[in-house]
Amino acid sequence: MSEARPLLSVSGLAKSFFGVRVLHGVDFDVFPGEALGLVGENGSGKSTCVNIIGGVLKPDAGEMSLNGAPYHPLSPKGAASAGIAFIHQELNLFGNLSIEENLFIERLPKHRMLPLIDRRAVRARAVQLLREVELDLPPTTPVARLSQGERQLIEIAKAISMNAKVVIFDEPTTSLTRHEVDRLFTIIARLKARGIGMIYISHALDDVMAVCERITVLRDGAVLGGGPRDEFSLARIISLMVGRAIDTIYPERMVPPRADPVLRVEGLAQPGVAKDITFDIKEGEVVGLGGLMGSGRSELARMIFGLDAFSRGRIIVGDKVLANPTPREAIDAGMAFLTEDRRGEGLLMDFSIAENTILAALGRFARAAGMLEWRKVVTESKTMAGRVHLSTDRVVETRAKHLSGGNQQKIVIGKWLMRMPKLFILDEPTRGIDVGAKQEVYRIINALVEAGSAVLLISSEIEELMGLSDRILTIYRGELTGSFARAAFDREILMGAVTRPPRAEAG
Amino acid sequence: MSDNRLTLALLRLAPLLLFVVIVVAFGLLNERFLSFGNFRNIVIQAAPIAILAIGMTFVLLIAEIDLSVGAVMYVGASLVAIYLEPATGFGFTDPNLWWPLSLAVFVATGMIVGAVHGLVVTSLGIASFIATLASLFMLRGLAMFLSNTRTLQFSREIKDINRWEIFQIVPMADRAYGVPVAILILLIVFFSGWLVLRHTAFGRQIHAVGEDREAAKKAGLAVKGIVFACFVICGFCAGVGGFVAATQQGAVGPNFGLQVEFQVIAAAVLGGVSLFGGRGSVWGPVFGAILIRTTIAGLTFVNADPYIYPLVTAAIIFLAVAVDGLRTRMIERMSRRMIRPLEAG
Repeated sequence: MSEARPLLSVSGLAKSFFGVRVLHGVDFDVFPGEALGLVGENGSGKSTCVNIIGGVLKPDAGEMSLNGAPYHPLSPKGAASAGIAFIHQELNLFGNLSIEENLFIERLPKHRMLPLIDRRAVRARAVQLLREVELDLPPTTPVARLSQGERQLIEIAKAISMNAKVVIFDEPTTSLTRHEVDRLFTIIARLKARGIGMIYISHALDDVMAVCERITVLRDGAVLGGGPRDEFSLARIISLMVGRAIDTIYPERMVPPRADPVLRVEGLAQPGVAKDITFDIKEGEVVGLGGLMGSGRSELARMIFGLDAFSRGRIIVGDKVLANPTPREAIDAGMAFLTEDRRGEGLLMDFSIAENTILAALGRFARAAGMLEWRKVVTESKTMAGRVHLSTDRVVETRAKHLSGGNQQKIVIGKWLMRMPKLFILDEPTRGIDVGAKQEVYRIINALVEAGSAVLLISSEIEELMGLSDRILTIYRGELTGSFARAAFDREILMGAVTRPPRAEAG
Repeated sequence: MSDNRLTLALLRLAPLLLFVVIVVAFGLLNERFLSFGNFRNIVIQAAPIAILAIGMTFVLLIAEIDLSVGAVMYVGASLVAIYLEPATGFGFTDPNLWWPLSLAVFVATGMIVGAVHGLVVTSLGIASFIATLASLFMLRGLAMFLSNTRTLQFSREIKDINRWEIFQIVPMADRAYGVPVAILILLIVFFSGWLVLRHTAFGRQIHAVGEDREAAKKAGLAVKGIVFACFVICGFCAGVGGFVAATQQGAVGPNFGLQVEFQVIAAAVLGGVSLFGGRGSVWGPVFGAILIRTTIAGLTFVNADPYIYPLVTAAIIFLAVAVDGLRTRMIERMSRRMIRPLEAG
């Protein structure tokens, strides 16, 4: 393997933004038929690296070569024609067009005589590509009907159709179900067999270990370690990434839960979504809700918060009975809800930190005639920035879109903390953020429950649930399948409970 | 669940059902309403709006809008009526050349205005709503300045176009009917629009740009060129529609094309074109235009007070938009994922 010539070679890559160096001479090689795992915290320079390779950014210094020839892409289009395919986290597909149209949208083959699309040629090539990615769908299916995982396969098919030599995956698994992840890995193995090289960026280090032959760890724009996968362990990767050991990742909590329930859910049911769900959460308690993607965990949270309707049952917050809650009533009753989709639902990207922070508690900052008290806004959002360990306290000058994913998440959490919620529902609070930011989110959760609030925590990561929860509820197809106290936490049993219906367990 | 699907299907067919209701209702009030001659007239009268609405569809598909189409009609009419008089005639003495020339003047006006819109929107980044609203007022002002707000008379050679027919083969009691020029032009525009939108790479790229402009850019599409072209096409159709309307009316006053943009946009929305881009077809706007025209014709038939017309058309437009909103929300709600099988009972 060592005698093989690298497919893509990067050396001394450097880049500064506004005088701040974000890359200090990064080197790595991608070999044919291998995947290189590029790992590092948010802001470590991974995105800048792949954006340079993908032709989105120009490097200040450094050399790149592709197949032994110098490679200097001038644009994403130039990179694509040189054989670099970039599969972004947000997929680049058009829901209103069919699969085949999406595959060839920028180069639809023309009819020999007429200026029309040669539908037959499109169909034939699309069918062949779909077979290569094992997607058994008619090529005329509108992309709007596809799941996230299927859409990703379309992007891969597109990369194949463009004769990509190197495929860059940016966080490919965040919105996939486990089944879809497995299928993705099969396809990646097939790409390797064809001699295609890959750069694989992910915070899911298990996936990186499973897929990649080589690993390069970045921190603060420099390579801290690189080499064959066998030289790395999870622990070593994380300590290289973070710069410290990780045994303290889940901080200790000092105060045990109290007896009074903050939330009681009684017999909640909705045909096709939830069946007879009953549980409670006490003051100072973190209840984890474990389930596979699509198990109904987010839907349950949405119903509790009044975003989706339910047909039977009721929700009791403190002493308020909500038979048919609206989000307004839920908020008034003391609930807060951090949604899965912080970009879409939680944050106003063009607004400043301060404006985002006060949004859920505007009333507190209003003077007579509804004018905002700006001085109070600034001081309180600065305090909040400190409480959630935001990377900057320039709360008026900084817009949300200029912050990293981890810091954006902290703003959304801070926004809800402004209302001092009695019950905080957190849906995937650490998805897509790095280990350091994760740990800070954990500390915020702890501080919150120590002050007497209750937390309902939804997460796909069993470790995270086990590390933070006082109790874990498992959900399968809209039905609760188990409740586990902290002493009974066991990875295997929990995995079993989220993948099996309750009756199968009894029988 | 199946209830939902039924409601959804009903909502999708709502404009069609509305059309049937309107036809039946006016037919009951006056049975001559249901005559072949009447429907022929309705379609002829709907042609200009339909042609404009097809052009508007291109712009709506990329999530832009063009409010200036009615003003373009008026400017074109002013230029033709003032400079294509028998006395001046641009120096062309052969009257047979006048109708192609006037069509060319209309179309050129529309395409130049469309090109300016395309440039302003793509290179200056001004919202098309504002840019075309500004040109709506500027162009109407220009036309009033050119015409001194007098009534514009078109020469006989141009008016006569309106009476031409081809393929006179439909035999009726009084005479053999053929395809009038207005309908022929509409058919040509319709068929070309359909071909471009459905079967050319450019047409599919228009849909892509309308769905997600950022993604289209990343996919390497020439987004600016596509946006520019859509405005030019819309202007082209505004010119053609203006020409057809001018031949039909023969003489027009300063309110020629006034508020036509609303009927045009309404026709497109009634026909299922989304105001948010990415969704729509060319037959929809044609149907929408015929629906609006049928209503107006029906009101004329039952001798309704002319002041009621805008009320009724406004109600139809409101209904169309409300139905569209309801449909969108229902589709969203139905796409709520089912996690477990539905229990019986």
